[in-house]
Amino acid sequence: MRSTVAWKIGGIVVGVAVAGILIGFYVANWLLSGPPTYRPSATANRVNITIQTVAAVGPTLSPNPDWVSYLVQKPAGTWERSTIWTVPANSLVHVTVYQFDGDSGLRNPFLAKTQGLVGMATLDGKPFAAINPDNASHTFAIPELGVLVPLEGVADNAKNQCDFAPCDPKSMAHRTITFTFRTGKKGKFRWQCFVPCAAGFQFGFGGPMQTIGYMDGFLNVV
Amino acid sequence: MAAADTTRVADVRHGRRLLYIWLGASVVATPIAAFVIGPMIPPGNGSEQGQGQVFDNQVLVAVSAPIVMFVLVMLGYTLIVFRQRDAAAQGAPVRGDSGLQLLWIVITSVTVLALAGFGTYELVKDGSGGGQGPSATFLPADHGKAMDVQVIGQQWEFTYRYPTYGGLETPHLYLPANTLIRLHVTSLDVIHSFWAINLGVKADANPGADNVVYVHTKHPLKLNIRCAELCGLWHGYMFDSAGRVVSESDFKTWIKQQQAEFAAGFKYLPPYATVYHPEPPLRAG
Amino acid sequence: MSPTATHPAHQPFWRRLIGFNLLTAVVLGIGGWYLGWFLGHHITGKSVSYFGDTDQNDISVFLGYILGVIGFLTGLGFLQYPLARIRGYPPSLREKETEGIGRYFGLCTDHKVVGMQYLIGVGLFFFVGGLNAMLIRFELLRPTPVFNAGNYITLVGLHGTMMMGMMTSAILGPFANYFVPIMIGARRMAFPRIESLTFWMLMAAGAILMTTVFFGGFPTGWTGYEPLNVQANRGMDSYIMFFALVGISMCLLGLNMLATVVTMRAPGMTWSRLPIFVWGVISTAILNLLAAPVLVAALAMSTLDRTAQTTFYIPAGGGSQYLYENLFWFFGHPEVYILALPGFGVLLELLPVFARKPLWGYRLAVAGMLGVTFLSWLVWQHHLFVSGINSNLRPFYILSTELISIPTGFTFLCGLMTLWRGSIRFTVPMLFALAWFFNFLIGGLSGIFLSDTPSDVSTHGSFFSMAHFHYTIMGGLIFTFFAAIYYWLPKMTGFELNERLGKIHFWSMFLAFNFTFFPLFAVGFLGQPRRVVTYAPHLQWLNDWASAAAFVLGLSMLVFLYNLVYSMLFARVRAERNPWGSLSIEWQLPSPVPVQNFDTLPTFEGDPYGYGDGPVPVARPAGAPARAS
Repeated sequence: MRSTVAWKIGGIVVGVAVAGILIGFYVANWLLSGPPTYRPSATANRVNITIQTVAAVGPTLSPNPDWVSYLVQKPAGTWERSTIWTVPANSLVHVTVYQFDGDSGLRNPFLAKTQGLVGMATLDGKPFAAINPDNASHTFAIPELGVLVPLEGVADNAKNQCDFAPCDPKSMAHRTITFTFRTGKKGKFRWQCFVPCAAGFQFGFGGPMQTIGYMDGFLNVV
Repeated sequence: MAAADTTRVADVRHGRRLLYIWLGASVVATPIAAFVIGPMIPPGNGSEQGQGQVFDNQVLVAVSAPIVMFVLVMLGYTLIVFRQRDAAAQGAPVRGDSGLQLLWIVITSVTVLALAGFGTYELVKDGSGGGQGPSATFLPADHGKAMDVQVIGQQWEFTYRYPTYGGLETPHLYLPANTLIRLHVTSLDVIHSFWAINLGVKADANPGADNVVYVHTKHPLKLNIRCAELCGLWHGYMFDSAGRVVSESDFKTWIKQQQAEFAAGFKYLPPYATVYHPEPPLRAG
Repeated sequence: MSPTATHPAHQPFWRRLIGFNLLTAVVLGIGGWYLGWFLGHHITGKSVSYFGDTDQNDISVFLGYILGVIGFLTGLGFLQYPLARIRGYPPSLREKETEGIGRYFGLCTDHKVVGMQYLIGVGLFFFVGGLNAMLIRFELLRPTPVFNAGNYITLVGLHGTMMMGMMTSAILGPFANYFVPIMIGARRMAFPRIESLTFWMLMAAGAILMTTVFFGGFPTGWTGYEPLNVQANRGMDSYIMFFALVGISMCLLGLNMLATVVTMRAPGMTWSRLPIFVWGVISTAILNLLAAPVLVAALAMSTLDRTAQTTFYIPAGGGSQYLYENLFWFFGHPEVYILALPGFGVLLELLPVFARKPLWGYRLAVAGMLGVTFLSWLVWQHHLFVSGINSNLRPFYILSTELISIPTGFTFLCGLMTLWRGSIRFTVPMLFALAWFFNFLIGGLSGIFLSDTPSDVSTHGSFFSMAHFHYTIMGGLIFTFFAAIYYWLPKMTGFELNERLGKIHFWSMFLAFNFTFFPLFAVGFLGQPRRVVTYAPHLQWLNDWASAAAFVLGLSMLVFLYNLVYSMLFARVRAERNPWGSLSIEWQLPSPVPVQNFDTLPTFEGDPYGYGDGPVPVARPAGAPARAS
């Protein structure tokens, strides 16, 4: 009788322990989840990053195929959904954005003016200081560093628009934006988009706008 | 009858001893609370409102000190003196004392009413740095001459507009020293809370609503601003330490420099208003 | 126990699994979920365009949850009785009360079984919420984030929502369900089936809340403020369903308690003889009954905003987020007293037993509880002092909030004066009860800073207010919850808890609790808002200190768990019938209390506080025990 009780208790204890370990792994994985970190190679305190913005990230790159997202180009030329970038301190970061998404319009038109850049940003080769806020598709903003660049969207009637990622800058309609900013002290700085661009969400600010790996990320300055 | 009399005598003896211990403890603790701990409590003297809060906190800790001492002394005394010494011992079968109950009700009521009255007085004097809604009730003296500055909360940054300078919008808050400021706090999306920690200012930023705060700045100061209402993913990152309170002349220079800096985007700004209803209001996409 | 051949306990194990029980309930619950999910996608797929190109289909999530809950409750057998009545079968008043262990896994109308179910269920979710807190403190060891920032906010929300939702039943669920009928001399609750329903709804709610992680979590914390609420992922729907179910459960629990105490008192159990714990339960029940529907209504509007595209809370559509804030806190402030008042009741119930003295100032204590109950309706806008609501009424809310100190002070006076000239025994439950004085003193006084608008401006929404409500709720409720466990568990199970381990648990918990939350007052004053994933680097050492203490607090809970498992499953020391020498009637009954409670219903001749007067019979026949057959 006593041994059956012991067996039962032992079984319960083992069961609870196994369940606990499984749940623990799940929770740890959930808490530490996020996109992979991208570390561009730096030469003489200069870093080049090439990214694209897409209206829908597609089924291969994300469990949320219709979410809007940033992708980053790996040295091999392939595109990866990463919004956590590691760059060196006290260096110049030169960013090239291939903008495949249409315009949504800025909520606060003030953010249509570039801030905190080294030199001027260029749009399809032409330098600009501000864009029409109604044409903004996204912004690239690191508020703590004072960096903000509005990204103008592809016109609604453009031909050969990209449906989902990865999009090909050679053949599909896009805008090209380049800009350079300077990193200072070491730290972990968040960056985000200020344009309410999350389709299907109230105010356009849920889902991808509030999830790291889509319209939000970190700039690790090391 | 005799037993009740001894109980009474013992009560008086214990009560008197307790009173002395409590008085002694309070005489030590209250000045420490009022003059050592109280002034250490932020927000400090960055603004007149902040200074008012410090005084308020000073009074509250000073009043709290004897209360804490009373409960702790009474609890400690009781637990030590009346601990069980004999397993069969029973306590005194006392079920109440209407005189003591009345005394307690009177003392707590007077304390509470005094505190409420004091808090109300401090609030009515100048609004004490809290958001007061679109039509502020508690106005500081000379509120007519206050300088208007708008705080716009959005996910996830505060921006600032200066209607007296043509509706100039800036990413950081600069304020002139020694000036009465009327902050209009609003939001473009969800509820934020504008907390200028060392000015002692806090006001929720609501979409479609104006929330007015009066604050009288004093000396030049580095501002420490945070969002104090959960507003989504980057709530924890919605801070800014680049704001300043600067002298009048520095403020004028700063305004000129900002006007030049943001000239390119100025034409796109909507006309200054106390509330904004930006598009898209509902589902985007 | 002499089972007959047809007794269900002697059927084969697999046969017992078929029928109305938890297994069936889970199967039907999952089935209901998929049916609702399918229906939701079916009805929105073609007609509602904005769902067409996104996976943000809130309608299917809500339908899934609703049908899932209905399936779950059906599987437990809650439809059996109404359907039987419709088909004309005679009503049975009580169900499934004499089976073995199986009755704990289904609908059981024995209030003592429901009490035990509550204790396990609420305890389970308390530990889940506590583990969340450990993870939160782990993240706050460093000023920059380690966890995914969005999931961290969900974690904070899960902790807050779990605790605020489930802990409303921490004392009412296990101890009021178990002991209120006994204390008033009844054999059951007024509505035994509803009693079981409240428990199973609460469990369904807890499970639903945890599924939020599969739908992207929710970013709003436990307050669910609009319009952040309507922006959020489908995980927000889990929050809404959770709190709506908790609200319905709370409301029914309150109704049941009130009906029981009003209608089922034994002869001689006059209102002035009710044990003070029952008064604590009544006050809470009033708040439960009246406050929870407001929450459910507010959440119903949130649900419509998220599914049917109404704009109750969206200013751009003509609604107002202030509506939500007012409705939420009109529920939310009584809610915090729902958490505090049972603690008052347990405290004042335990002090006379261990001070060997009558409760001092019974009427004042009752007046204090009812005063808090009344005043808690008039104070909700102190949560909105800086919200931008018109400021004209601020002085009123300062006054009404500070007035609550007066009835709360009654509890202090009655408690302290009950100890005065007593013969105090420092048992484990007494230690936990005594801790209330210290914790609630700090909690109450810090509340004055928050009720006073000028001081609230700086402390509102900061770690100061966070520390304040942990002092009142954890210090007030959870400490008395453990006091109640150590006090009453021997009666409920018949086995003693180990006293040495209990004392280790108490001292580690009490010290770690204060070391955790006291520094957080300073953290709040120094400018750290609540629910942040990152904070100013100069606050790191205070945060690290709080985290270290919080981990010790977590370890103290493991001591308790060890004690519970060791004492109940391994040591199994039979508890005496009345180990504390209490005069209350439940201690005159055998441990555990037999199914029918009493052989013959007692007649009460006094309140249970006649200590020091010599042996006074509480009830005649003096707690005549029912035979445990």
